[in-house]
Amino acid sequence: MGIRTLRKFMAAALLSGCLAAAQGAAADTIKIAVAGPHTGSSASVGEQFWHGATQAAADLNAAGGINGKKIELVKGDDACEPKQAVAVANRLVDVDKVKAVVGHFCSSSTLPASDIYAEAGILQMTPGSTNPKVTERGIATIFRMCGRDDQQGTVAADFVVKRLKAKRIALIHDKDTYGQGLVDAFKSRINKLGVKEVLYEGLTRGEKDFNALVTKVKAAKADTVYFGGLHTEAGPLVRQLREQGLKVNFISGDGINTPDLVTAAGGKQFVDGIYMTFGLDARNLPSGKEVLEKFRAAKIEPEGYTLYSYATLQAIAAAMKATKSTDGKKLADWLHKNKVNTVLGPKEWTPKGDIKVSDFIMYRWDATGTAKEVK
Amino acid sequence: MELHIFAQQLLNGLSLGAIYGLIAIGYTMVYGIIGMINFAHGDVYMISAYLTAIAMSVVFSFGVDSVPFALLIILAVAVLVTAAYGWVIERIAYRPLRGSTRLAPLISAIGMSLVLQSYVQVSQGARNQGIPTLIKGSLRIGSDTKFVQMTHIQLLIVAVTVAAMGALTFVIQRTSLGRQCRATQQDRKMAGILGIDTNRIISTVFVIGASMAAVAGVLVTLNYGSFDFSIDFITGIKAFTAAVLGGIGSLPGAMLGGVILGMSEALFSGFVNTDYKDVFAFVLLVVVLIFRPSGLLGKAEFEKV
Repeated sequence: MGIRTLRKFMAAALLSGCLAAAQGAAADTIKIAVAGPHTGSSASVGEQFWHGATQAAADLNAAGGINGKKIELVKGDDACEPKQAVAVANRLVDVDKVKAVVGHFCSSSTLPASDIYAEAGILQMTPGSTNPKVTERGIATIFRMCGRDDQQGTVAADFVVKRLKAKRIALIHDKDTYGQGLVDAFKSRINKLGVKEVLYEGLTRGEKDFNALVTKVKAAKADTVYFGGLHTEAGPLVRQLREQGLKVNFISGDGINTPDLVTAAGGKQFVDGIYMTFGLDARNLPSGKEVLEKFRAAKIEPEGYTLYSYATLQAIAAAMKATKSTDGKKLADWLHKNKVNTVLGPKEWTPKGDIKVSDFIMYRWDATGTAKEVK
Repeated sequence: MELHIFAQQLLNGLSLGAIYGLIAIGYTMVYGIIGMINFAHGDVYMISAYLTAIAMSVVFSFGVDSVPFALLIILAVAVLVTAAYGWVIERIAYRPLRGSTRLAPLISAIGMSLVLQSYVQVSQGARNQGIPTLIKGSLRIGSDTKFVQMTHIQLLIVAVTVAAMGALTFVIQRTSLGRQCRATQQDRKMAGILGIDTNRIISTVFVIGASMAAVAGVLVTLNYGSFDFSIDFITGIKAFTAAVLGGIGSLPGAMLGGVILGMSEALFSGFVNTDYKDVFAFVLLVVVLIFRPSGLLGKAEFEKV
């Protein structure tokens, strides 16, 4: 591990040197960071963040920018690794001097990075970190555009117990902040509904062989598997469940919502029937129609978190316009009190920074490799 | 505990262990000949996974629909190109350091590993890649509800690992090339004086090691169906551990170490706790090394004074 850390540190140091040299020319822009996994196994989500934010910045700049200044986006890559998230957050604050942050994605990256932004008094809004702790630590300048895992877990638990009538539920997580947090939220809800889990285990991120765990699920005679984690592990796990002949229900959260799930599973036939929780598909909302056409004109399908990232930048821009400031404290105060019309519809925030109304619903993947809402 | 579940866990461990063993062969051969740990071996394996996918799409675009024939072409392409990588890596990263300290090639191996990983990440992208299922089906024994099974690809992996280990043992023990390898291992200078081109022998060993990584890359990719540029890390570390456990430098040791590691992971995960299976596997390694410092089948090294 030491080598990897060193390499990332060196890369960050090298990069910050280049950026420092390039600075100075851009005084009449407002720099906003888009931080997330732009490389690594979750890079497809980073790509969604980037697509959403670049389109939003282009649209806002075309409409005159913020208080006469144009938005300039800065990419911050955490590769979904906590240590790199800290390094990149320091770079964004100290070298790039960004005024606000769209990001990060993995909750385990968002948590350590948020301390650095909070200390610097910079506004941070995450389009996709759902772990409750993100907004539970008394940081005034943090917000999210998505729901929370306790809400997400509850929606999934109700669905599994009441709709699927599951009796024997196996819980599997990836030992990460997000995955385990989600599974714990799910667990407390099914326990409340009177169902006790038959298995509670954590797998290792980056591994591909979960056959021993799958046999254990079989031995526990589970009828349902709930998985908290990302598509990179969900894919091989569901494949090996099917290969060992288990026809159990497979339910997971927002972390698997990328077309790369099909790649990770190694075929569309394996994702058929997977259930997942995710926010309302903004592509079906009237507020998103115009933006949706712009994306499609640019040959980008705004799936997953793309429109969440778009809406996050909209909210940050709205606060900057209204307060005529980039001060994190002032922006946060404004966002706590006001409603913003975004591509996802009107959004309001609680004093903690959570959205007031969460919109998790159930989706089901089908044999064509796409997820559709469960009616 | 039900018997079929226990048997299934043993088979899970066996197929996982065979994968570790197949990759461990590359580590153990290079160590056996020149006493160096080739940290870039995991990356060579990762590159062969990409070659598998590339070769597969090319083969299918020519309309080949016979699976065994397609598999042979894919394997041939992957082995040839990966072997070329092995040769080039030895040539530019290790040979120039042949005369220097023992640690120098170790550092250049780590550097090579980073170069290869970054090169694949930049040229192929960071997203995970997948291939269609080529070998379907599985062998099941038992009733409809209580059965043990191995997929055909898992059976193939075990068979190939055993065959590869047998063939390499034969080459090392019985052929002229093997004699030259062993001579180079025992005393490189003396072997050189006796007319063995030791540089060529070492190159050959790297090419063989890389070919084994290519075979592993093809089979493992077919087994799991997906891969990315970072698969080298966990698999590489585990395979290396298997090589050390079995006794680095020993070919049957690589296989034995792989199977023990795979089975202990599967059994601990299956009957105790998945969260701590790696902890258990490494505790096992430490215990073995305390009692047998050169691994289960390794030969003790004596320092001549």
